Amino acid sequence: MKSVILKTASTYLLPLLLLFSVFVLLRGHYLPGGGFIGGLVASIAFVLHAFANGLQNTRFMLRIHPGFLIPIGLSLALIAGIAPMLIDGSPFLTGLWFPNPIPVIGMIGSALFFDIGVFLVVIGVSLTIIFTISESA
Amino acid sequence: MEFLLAIITGVLYASGIYLILRRSLVKLIIGLVLLGNGVNLLLFLMGGLTKGSPPIIADNVKTIGEIYADPLPQALVLTAIVISFGLQSFAIILIKRAYKVLKTDDLDTLNETDNI
Amino acid sequence: MNAIITYPLIFQAIVSIVLLFLWQNVKAQRMVSIIGSAIGLSISVVLFNQVWQKGTIAIQMGNWEAPFGITLVADTFAVTMVVLAHIVAMAVSLFSTKGIVASRVKFGYFPIMHLMIMGLSGAFLTGDIFNLYVWFEVIIISSFVLLTIGGKKAQIEGAVKYFTLNMLASIIFLTAIALLYGTTGTLNMAELATIIPEIEDRGLVKIIALIFFLAFGVKAGVFPMYVWLPAAYHTPPAAVSSLFGGLLTKLGVYAIIRVFTMVFPVGLFTYEWIGIVGVLTILSGALGAFVQKDIVKVFSYLIICHIGFMIAGFSIGTQLALTGVLFYMFHDIIVKSNLFLVSGVLHRITGSTKLASMGGIMENKTTLAILFAIPLFSLVGIPPLSGFWPKISLFGGAIVSQKWYVLAALIFGSFMTLLVVAKVWLAVFSKPLPVGSPKKLFKYFDDFNPSEKRILVIPILLLAIVSLYFGLFAEHIQQLSARIADELINNQTYIETVFRK
Repeated sequence: MKSVILKTASTYLLPLLLLFSVFVLLRGHYLPGGGFIGGLVASIAFVLHAFANGLQNTRFMLRIHPGFLIPIGLSLALIAGIAPMLIDGSPFLTGLWFPNPIPVIGMIGSALFFDIGVFLVVIGVSLTIIFTISESA
Repeated sequence: MEFLLAIITGVLYASGIYLILRRSLVKLIIGLVLLGNGVNLLLFLMGGLTKGSPPIIADNVKTIGEIYADPLPQALVLTAIVISFGLQSFAIILIKRAYKVLKTDDLDTLNETDNI
Repeated sequence: MNAIITYPLIFQAIVSIVLLFLWQNVKAQRMVSIIGSAIGLSISVVLFNQVWQKGTIAIQMGNWEAPFGITLVADTFAVTMVVLAHIVAMAVSLFSTKGIVASRVKFGYFPIMHLMIMGLSGAFLTGDIFNLYVWFEVIIISSFVLLTIGGKKAQIEGAVKYFTLNMLASIIFLTAIALLYGTTGTLNMAELATIIPEIEDRGLVKIIALIFFLAFGVKAGVFPMYVWLPAAYHTPPAAVSSLFGGLLTKLGVYAIIRVFTMVFPVGLFTYEWIGIVGVLTILSGALGAFVQKDIVKVFSYLIICHIGFMIAGFSIGTQLALTGVLFYMFHDIIVKSNLFLVSGVLHRITGSTKLASMGGIMENKTTLAILFAIPLFSLVGIPPLSGFWPKISLFGGAIVSQKWYVLAALIFGSFMTLLVVAKVWLAVFSKPLPVGSPKKLFKYFDDFNPSEKRILVIPILLLAIVSLYFGLFAEHIQQLSARIADELINNQTYIETVFRK
């Protein structure tokens, strides 16, 4: 698709959407949002970029294959699950929290790391799927 | 509102079943997607529709005073949606691949693996 | 330490992630998979030993108390299934090092296989119905990938059928869960066991039970929902069929036994029609196996026939019959996995899976023929091999409860199994190899060097030894099955373990 408007808009929208996806990811613990939705927003940002500038350019911009994010995200989520078992022997996936809130982000616990893992896996999976479909089209 | 949602669930089930009985591969997948949405709606509906606050107990009290919404169906629906997202994207790739390899959209011609 | 329940799951997840990082490195993936399966097997044996010594244990995920969080419960039934799944995984992962070509490995065969083992262990260990659904989905998504890797024409066609019916089954399962939640307000199996008897609307409970049976029935391959099974199981490579044939259908049976003994026990619910469905499954499986001319399809129909044994036996509902069903299931997992591996080796020896163009195994490969005879004759149940002993309890249960139609179907099914196995034996082993065999399309068994040959045969030997153990030391397995049947029928300990902090 060759459209100057879309092309110009996508260069501005990509960082905005990525920022928004991180915002959605961070507010996800008590309010609507979370890793899955954030991941979808982030992958939509890249899909929009691919629409405007072509798949090759998006791939070049990403540098790594999106599929590589899947094992990274999975290991992050798994570590967040195992951490309470190692630290105080409580069951898998028990929430662990740092005692003091951090400015902007708020309370940080193992749930956030789990969500970041989900975030990465969702970006990896959905981009891999969409790239595969549009490449073979 | 619950009555309306119940009817929508029924319509989704009915149209989904109608579509999976068609002979076309694409309609089959669309039917499965509709059925999946119908079941998500049913799951959501089964918790009951309440206009309440989230079931979070504040720091200074022991119990929830006001009416609260059942959080479990929402968690279940979210899980089910994520799973059906994965399955549906797989389904779309599968029918694309199937059309390329088998060169047909007609389910009645897919009987090679059943031949003796 | 109850945390040991989660170790098989976490360990398989770790193996799968490590394999994902080794995406393009085929050699390393094969090594990691074998080592991972071996360690996984030892972990599950340790878990089994602990449960066998100390009784049922439970753990609350995320430290949420019982009805609110997800509970993992390891009773004897669950851990036995986990051990069997890991034994099959061990054999399949060994077999896959030579039985799966490198191009398939590069599409992620090994990580997905370990993900499936994780899903199976999770499904066996969970004590929550919605969690069971999630594990089912993990398993079917992995099985879709395993089924379609390679993308041959028959494979895609089989995958379309497999996908449609399994996805439909998931939707039905989720519908049943929704109705159950709407009726009882909980999905924890231990809590359901106490709530369901108090529900006043018995008709609704029966309908929910029926929908559950429909959902699990598709997965298990009972009459009339089995059509996807023979259409799909013969298309992927032997290692994948072995994993599917041994474990996936038995997972459906496991779910039926678990949910029905816990939530809808005999007193609350008529089992008559389960028996009728089981009998029809035996008939259709046995007749289907008899007319098929492709060895893998013959084995696929035999799966259906023997699923019928378990379902019909389960419908009797007494402890004696349940003991037989459980023993039969354990024997069937090992033997069916082994048979599919055998069919893979036979395919590589003769170049075909059609009975007409196979033959000469007894003449050319006598040692292998004797080895292959063990699973085949175990299946028939020639004493003292493993298929014989569970039938005593099954027949005994049917006679004691005077379920004559079940007894007749069981005898008919056993007889037909004997006929089919005799037919396979004649066609593949004792008949000479027909002349003018097809041209070489792939690497034959004789082209492998001796160490590679050994890798293909060792997993079969491993599973054969396990099934010989089941036959020769049947009293151990009988004792195990009797204990599980007792735990399932008197489920008070299960409920107490779940709710104890």
